[in-house]
Amino acid sequence: MKDTRLIMGMPVTVEILDEGNVKKDIEDIFSFFVAIDNRFSTYKKDSEISAINAGKILLKDASLEMQEVFALSEQTKQQTNGYFDIKKNKTYDPSGLVKGWAIFNASQKLLSKGYKNFYVEIGGDIQVSGKKQGEKWKIGIRNPFDRERIIKTICLEAQGIATSGTYIRGQHIYNPFKNTKEITDIVSLTVIGPNIYEADRFATAAFSMGKKGIEFIAGLEGFEGYMIDADGIATFTTGFETYVC
Amino acid sequence: MKKVFLSLLVIGTFLFYALHQKSESSAIQAVPVAPQGSSSSNPPPQTPTSSTAGGSGQTTQPAPATSASSSQYKNGTYTGSVADAFYGNVQVQAVITNGRLSDIQFLQYPTDPGHTSEVSSIALPILKQEAIQNQSAQVDAVSGASDTSQAFQQSLQVALQKAQ
Repeated sequence: MKDTRLIMGMPVTVEILDEGNVKKDIEDIFSFFVAIDNRFSTYKKDSEISAINAGKILLKDASLEMQEVFALSEQTKQQTNGYFDIKKNKTYDPSGLVKGWAIFNASQKLLSKGYKNFYVEIGGDIQVSGKKQGEKWKIGIRNPFDRERIIKTICLEAQGIATSGTYIRGQHIYNPFKNTKEITDIVSLTVIGPNIYEADRFATAAFSMGKKGIEFIAGLEGFEGYMIDADGIATFTTGFETYVC
Repeated sequence: MKKVFLSLLVIGTFLFYALHQKSESSAIQAVPVAPQGSSSSNPPPQTPTSSTAGGSGQTTQPAPATSASSSQYKNGTYTGSVADAFYGNVQVQAVITNGRLSDIQFLQYPTDPGHTSEVSSIALPILKQEAIQNQSAQVDAVSGASDTSQAFQQSLQVALQKAQ
């Protein structure tokens, strides 16, 4: 069974291939994402993150989820030499990490309920588990110049795949060390990682490094990357090819 | 006393030498890795190994939008300058065939053990390149930068507020 909702302003899809109380369990995942959106959306005035940014709540008094996300953000900042930074102009926006974190937690919920073959997606970031009809999950990489087309097919069984980009939404990722300059030389960076949390946070960080991002990914054990520049030239890690269907 | 003076002299000379070396090595950096032929700055490109005056043989155009003027390069093999690459130096060699970038080899690559536990030493320090091309495969899901997203949501909110 497969179902899609619009949550966080993005299409969210869960597909489960195993037997079970699938309809209800998918519904629970959607509710979980709605709750996360209500807590972490900087666009919602009554969200907890908005209250923190407004100085109404101190981090030490915030929910455990909020404290966990801030701790993970700090850890990621250190692991990326400061390129991943949720603080911008004195406000915090952890959305570069929350999406992958939410998908990862959702898949853990499904695994704990005994499901083996499923995928969970929020707006192009995907965690797969198991297989579909005996074959690995086939994930396309979107053409950044033509959203209706794909330019690569990746076969995954238990990994996460996330793409950061400037296309469609306009340029929305900033290099924290060049606050005024938007990233223009690369348009899309896809990262395959051991799970979607890892793939998403490092995709976000590596994208903000510009062309050096793919070298950063190449230096991470267990990660592969596929970067596309403004001229339509892709630079990718050699291990990436082992995932191509 | 003489011995002390001598050893101090030796150490001093060594320190001076080491510092000098360090400042020299840190002076080479920040030159783009990209073999885009455009940069006229230091190390001049190596003489092409095979130069069959290019341009005529039109290869398959990937046509990936945006770049109206895809500059034609001269055929051959070119060595790039040493560039600072986040956690070490990178130097590449670019191969141009039929006026297009066909291969990139890494002559230098960071092997410095990582700054963090995540950045580990690199076993196969190679990146590859290709021009992207559309595919028509059937897939279960698509990975891409989030499209509608919060910008959409925000815009919609404003529109709905106006509609009230």
